[in-house]
Amino acid sequence: MSQIPPLVEVENLQVAFRNGPQVVKGVSFSVNRGECLALIGESGSGKSVTSRTLVGLTGHGSRLAADRLRFGGEDLLGASERRWRSIRGGRVGFVMQDALGSLDPLRTVGDEVAETLKLHTDLTKAQRTARVIELLASVGVPEPEVRARQLPSQLSGGLRQRALIASAIACAPQLLIADEPTTALDAAVQAQVLRLLENLRTPDNAMLVVSHDFAVVSRLADRIAVMRHGEIVEQGTAEQILHDPRHPYTQGLLAAAASLHSTALRRPTTAPPRMAIGRTGLTSHVIEAKGLSKAFKGPDARKRTAVSDVSFDLRFGETLGLVGESGSGKTTATRLVLGLETPDAGVVRLRGRAWGELSEANRRIERKRIQVVFQDPLGSFDPRYTVERVLGEALDVAGYRPGARRRARAVELLEMVRLDESFLTRRPIELSGGQRQRVAIARALAPQPEVLVCDEPVSALDVSVQVQILDLLGELKERLGLACIFISHDLGVVRRVSDRIAVMKGGQIVESGPTAEVFGAPRHEYTRELLAAIPQLKTRAEALHA
Amino acid sequence: MTDLAASRSTLYLSPGPSEAKVETAAAPLVVPRPQSLARPKRRVAGLRPGLILAGLFVALLALAAIAPGWLVSGDPFEASARDAFLAPSAQHWLGTDENGRDVLTRLVHGVRPSMLMGLAATVIGLGGGVAIGLTAGLGRRFFDGLLMRFVDVLLAFPDLLLALVIITFWGQGLLNAVVAVGVASIPRYARLVRSQTTKVRGATYVEAAVTLGIRRSTVIWRHVLPNAIKPVLILATIGVGGKIAAGASLSFLGFGAPPPAPEWGAMLAVGRNFLANAPWLVAAPALAITLTVISVTALGRELMRRSEGAGG
Repeated sequence: MSQIPPLVEVENLQVAFRNGPQVVKGVSFSVNRGECLALIGESGSGKSVTSRTLVGLTGHGSRLAADRLRFGGEDLLGASERRWRSIRGGRVGFVMQDALGSLDPLRTVGDEVAETLKLHTDLTKAQRTARVIELLASVGVPEPEVRARQLPSQLSGGLRQRALIASAIACAPQLLIADEPTTALDAAVQAQVLRLLENLRTPDNAMLVVSHDFAVVSRLADRIAVMRHGEIVEQGTAEQILHDPRHPYTQGLLAAAASLHSTALRRPTTAPPRMAIGRTGLTSHVIEAKGLSKAFKGPDARKRTAVSDVSFDLRFGETLGLVGESGSGKTTATRLVLGLETPDAGVVRLRGRAWGELSEANRRIERKRIQVVFQDPLGSFDPRYTVERVLGEALDVAGYRPGARRRARAVELLEMVRLDESFLTRRPIELSGGQRQRVAIARALAPQPEVLVCDEPVSALDVSVQVQILDLLGELKERLGLACIFISHDLGVVRRVSDRIAVMKGGQIVESGPTAEVFGAPRHEYTRELLAAIPQLKTRAEALHA
Repeated sequence: MTDLAASRSTLYLSPGPSEAKVETAAAPLVVPRPQSLARPKRRVAGLRPGLILAGLFVALLALAAIAPGWLVSGDPFEASARDAFLAPSAQHWLGTDENGRDVLTRLVHGVRPSMLMGLAATVIGLGGGVAIGLTAGLGRRFFDGLLMRFVDVLLAFPDLLLALVIITFWGQGLLNAVVAVGVASIPRYARLVRSQTTKVRGATYVEAAVTLGIRRSTVIWRHVLPNAIKPVLILATIGVGGKIAAGASLSFLGFGAPPPAPEWGAMLAVGRNFLANAPWLVAAPALAITLTVISVTALGRELMRRSEGAGG
């Protein structure tokens, strides 16, 4: 044991909300100066609540108990609000996941950062302004003088997260807590923010990182505590947890994460090529998109190009992965394919016939052939509907009238996605994220489509659930001979499912080809950048050696 | 101390294997409660007592509106010069008016027109508002702009003033007063419905329905309309109280039900002339209007609070 007591000591911490069950059930850990501890776990594991107890912000109606809760040798049990305020911002910096929600939309970024300095230091106004610029520059915000005068909504996600970090470190806190600091960010930006957090470490301060992502945690943490259902199931050095996990739950999580980021390719589609009689004779392409362009009018009445001159095609039974960062035009491209938007130029052919050639009535009939699974599984259901009504509506389109036959078919669909009859009477809000996405898939399959468009179908889910959903999609595609357009910002996920890949940037396809080629020998610089930004499961020590 | 006990029982109640652990830890249990955390509100079965009173009062109003004869036996029009201006007594609980009619009887018989006024005006306002708001929210941008600018102009006038303008066009009478109050509230509802519609129109579940190949009109009827008007419906229940007050105001000004009819606003108007010697003539209807508006609004608010709690 070292002579100096740890900076943070937590023993047997318990938190419950209102009269509900405990969400944190007897958690103990400590953080030493110069150390980074990571709390890792899936959603609902109690990791965020645990980290919030260290700033006295467990929330409305929470009840807290612990044998010991100490920070810098001070007992914080029963600390007054006044005392907490002196700790928050001054001695503990807190970086939250939602950078847009954590910054006041009506205040400039500079004012936001200056606020912390105003509360905890004696600097004059001029000194504060100078310090703000320094801080913004130190977290890698370009043109800090200009940015300091801008509103959060005028900054990109990465810059917002940096500004938030700047305000958290403004008073050189002894402890920096980062709750899912990179979850909302694109891969390349994520890598930059992680690098920034790494550079913020000094021998005197400590860091507590909360995340669901092993790749993020492995970059930063010296020690890792794995949480599940409000308890720490395993705690140890990063080395030990990542390479020699003892607890089966940790082993499962790691296996899921590893399989998502594995370099193994899926075996190519074995289904025999199918043909269909299109308007111009036989066609083997279920979708052909040629020269698609679309621009939207922004709030300032300037036109912004979302996609320009995008062309691709999709054979029956084939999976095309569409990769790119947010704002690269992936979603607009698929909305054009789905016929939800009309292109400014170019044409989309479904089995050889263009959407534009069809009358409204025929278009409705054709829509059945191409179905979609959205990113937000809850938002894609009418909040008033039960699962039975959700599926019923889709089956109605497929020609099933209300009755025993429709119900039987609904159960059959649920079984296809590994759910059972009991789900019929439930509402989507009562289901878990994975279950909701399964229902969404069942609905998409109801009209027996030929093409399934998956728009970031797993990015809102926990890692272990992601793997299950991806496996389910893969199996269903194979069994039903579905063609699939798979959109994701996560290259690991796309690699797992796609036959071919198209990389989008700034509204254009910069590279496309068979998955193995794009990953093995990327030709475009941007693809190489994306590949380099994939987080790896390496401990800090390993990364430093490499 | 009570906080400590409550918190302990919370912890004991937790299910699962953690229970044993908590129990052993219970002895040195310290409960820090940062002051910032609001105390859970104490409620009897989730209801505040005021709300129960409001509910009982509204139930009483409903009974009075359906069958006033059950509550009072007298005739609201029966005049008797001998009994004029009698102060409240055992025989006439709320006293009598200038024609010797029983104030309580008239008050109870006045419930029906007041309630009908509040409900009918709300229905008219809601109907018109939904029609305009939905058209604007679903229509082309140009059309939307046109409708909403018109609505904005109407919104600039106070509701009652708008109602008065309508009355001057169509003449007075109970029916016209109802229509006037209802129409005057259309702009407010139209704005709300439109903003809800534009929100729901872009929702993923609407898009999901379109991709299924469902007819546009069906999608609107099935998904857009119900989800867009749900919050507006709840606001409308709060609005009923306001409509009752607005209707009474019009009657008070002499634009509503003609004199002999037992109507709260009209009773107030007459009672005002005898304020010095028979204050009960004003007090009774004024109190009735106030209590009605408060009770109806309280129930509406509770409805809103619940629906927000349910995440819808």
